[in-house]
Amino acid sequence: MTSATLTPGAALGSQRVSENVRYHEDAVRLFVIAAVFWGVVGFLAGVFIALQLAFPALNLGLEWTSFGRLRPVHTSAVIFAFGGNVLFATSLYSVQRTSRQFLFGGDGLAKFIFWNYNIFIVLAALSYVLGYTQGKEYAEPEWILDLYLTVIWVLYAIQFIGTVMTRKESHIYVANWFFMAFILTVAILHLGNNVNVPVSLTGMKSYPFVSGVQSAMVQWWYGHNAVGFFLTAGFLGIMYYFVPKRAERPVYSYRLSIVHFWTLIFLYIWAGPHHLHYTALPDWAQTLGMTFSVMLWMPSWGGMINGIMTLSGAWDKLRTDPVLRFLVTSVAFYGMSTFEGPLMSVKPVNALSHYTDWTVGHVHSGALGWVAFISFGAIYYLVPVLWKRSQLYSLRLVSYHFWTATIGIVLYITAMWVSGIMQGLMWRAYDNLGFLQYSFVETVAAMHPFYVIRALGGVLFLTGALIMVYNLWRTAKGDVRIEKPYATAPHKAAVGAA
Amino acid sequence: MAEEKKGFSHDTIERNTLLLIVLILITVSIGGLVQIVPLFTIESTIEKVEGVRPYSPLELAGQNIYIREGCYNCHSQQIRPFRDEVERYGHYSLAAESMYDHPFQWGSKRTGPDLARVGGKYSNDWQVAHLVDPRAVVPESIMPGYGWMKDRPLKYADIQDHMKTMKIVGVPYSDDQIANAKADLEAQKNPDGDTAGLAKRYPKAVVANFTGNKGVTEMDALVAYLQVLGTMVDFTKYQSPKQLQQ
Repeated sequence: MTSATLTPGAALGSQRVSENVRYHEDAVRLFVIAAVFWGVVGFLAGVFIALQLAFPALNLGLEWTSFGRLRPVHTSAVIFAFGGNVLFATSLYSVQRTSRQFLFGGDGLAKFIFWNYNIFIVLAALSYVLGYTQGKEYAEPEWILDLYLTVIWVLYAIQFIGTVMTRKESHIYVANWFFMAFILTVAILHLGNNVNVPVSLTGMKSYPFVSGVQSAMVQWWYGHNAVGFFLTAGFLGIMYYFVPKRAERPVYSYRLSIVHFWTLIFLYIWAGPHHLHYTALPDWAQTLGMTFSVMLWMPSWGGMINGIMTLSGAWDKLRTDPVLRFLVTSVAFYGMSTFEGPLMSVKPVNALSHYTDWTVGHVHSGALGWVAFISFGAIYYLVPVLWKRSQLYSLRLVSYHFWTATIGIVLYITAMWVSGIMQGLMWRAYDNLGFLQYSFVETVAAMHPFYVIRALGGVLFLTGALIMVYNLWRTAKGDVRIEKPYATAPHKAAVGAA
Repeated sequence: MAEEKKGFSHDTIERNTLLLIVLILITVSIGGLVQIVPLFTIESTIEKVEGVRPYSPLELAGQNIYIREGCYNCHSQQIRPFRDEVERYGHYSLAAESMYDHPFQWGSKRTGPDLARVGGKYSNDWQVAHLVDPRAVVPESIMPGYGWMKDRPLKYADIQDHMKTMKIVGVPYSDDQIANAKADLEAQKNPDGDTAGLAKRYPKAVVANFTGNKGVTEMDALVAYLQVLGTMVDFTKYQSPKQLQQ
């Protein structure tokens, strides 16, 4: 079942690859299926550990089901399994179209990457549950799995960059700048943060080369830029391809794209130390981290403006196309969390917010609102194309997904704002005799209602994802739901009325 | 090509994959290099502090259990220099105090309290009871219970390999310490035995039969680790001179 209908000989010619060419899509389809599957798994794991914080009996007293072991399963499942498969699918799909070239290495290499990446994910999740971990957030897999991932990543880099290098388009499209920055920088971060010495070549345990202060700095150089390059640069690549495609409008500003790209990737790398304010990390490093984090606000909003303003002249589509609504709302959430981030990196604000749920809420406004929403938008765009259907099974169901998930996010982040700020204030509260007012455990007890609300928000978000699964499954089957269509161009009626 | 007389144009980068790759690599490398390299070269990054020593074999095994269970997901080990934190947890954390932590255990979230100076705050019995069933001791706690850990024998046949690896990454274990690793590990759990060698090699190591079990269990190791946290430095030596205290 090759998807290429053009013979290789013809593809090598200098003529334009014709409109009805099917690019390599088998592996892309697999990545989409895996992304949806891992999304549900990751959200479910998130709901479960959120409930554990509200109802600790759910830790079940078993070693494999404690919060400490399951939390990395949740974070890896949503970031690397869901997010990773989305990035593979979208980047390998769009690079062929923006380069007018088939995948370098072909569908076979892409499938090889698919199977090995997903086997890596399963092994990593199993290893956390069984107690094998490096103990570094978002970099938990032990040394042997790190080596495995390195091989997979190098193959991915070869495939993606090889496709760009053999392109038939004279220019490298802006989405591909972002995808390349994502691929290259994640490689550097992964290698830099995992310099470990194994205790034995036949065992899992290893010790990182660096310790203490240096270990903290290297970890958050990695950790913050896993956000910056995996969850931001990569997903901006998605934005620069899928928002213009879905809106059928060109990117708002070419110049802004250039400024946005270079400033973003330059500034992001510096922001890591804002995770280490007021710690034993030297002050000069903390100050650098804070300063660059605040500066990072500008390119972030430059990107947001470029994404949202791409809708210029097509705003009415937000009313009639819930897929585009997902894409645009994601960019709005991106704007919100990239304002909140610089705010929280300012040292006096961080003194309150650090170690509290505010950080957790901030991460989720970015992860749910930006990363997941733009992924949903891209997946809704891709599935009818990849399964060769004229349309989605139901746009109404997309809209239900959108609102269910949005309400879920709002519950989640407001609950975390309140609980985070409240806990931060309770920790520092003094009574009128000059004693600390609250014991630590009193602040824990005060969190309970917010942990319940947060879990409820997670349940809504998961419900929305299940609606999506149903919709995509029916779409792939070729069904079309009988439903009231969205009115096209309703603004004309408004003009007529005026 | 007609554009060339304008001088540099971003167009050049957009047509040349290798140039784009090189410029990306340079751009993303600068920040990391500026922030990380000096931490290895500036001597004042970690000021020498008397008392900080490598972990005893039992404490090291305990730290590995602490990491395995993901305790750092909910507990920080880094006290910030604020009045409330110093009153709640003790003296703010010094860089030297985590210099033998591979990796650092500073954490990022306090779902539970900071543990940087939890050593000695609670009795061994309290620690064991709390780990087994947190809500039996602290009713409002949301911590998972670790009852299964209490009777599980600690695997320490390879403890010397762990210490040798730690030595490779820079922890100054002496040959004497490595040679006596197993004996020291067992001695720390046996208050009736000869602990003179252990006390000499690892000052302030808490010696006790933590769980009351016969063999060394995982919980023995974990509690030994918790009980040494933050106790190595004697802060009474570092108080400001009397005449400056008002």
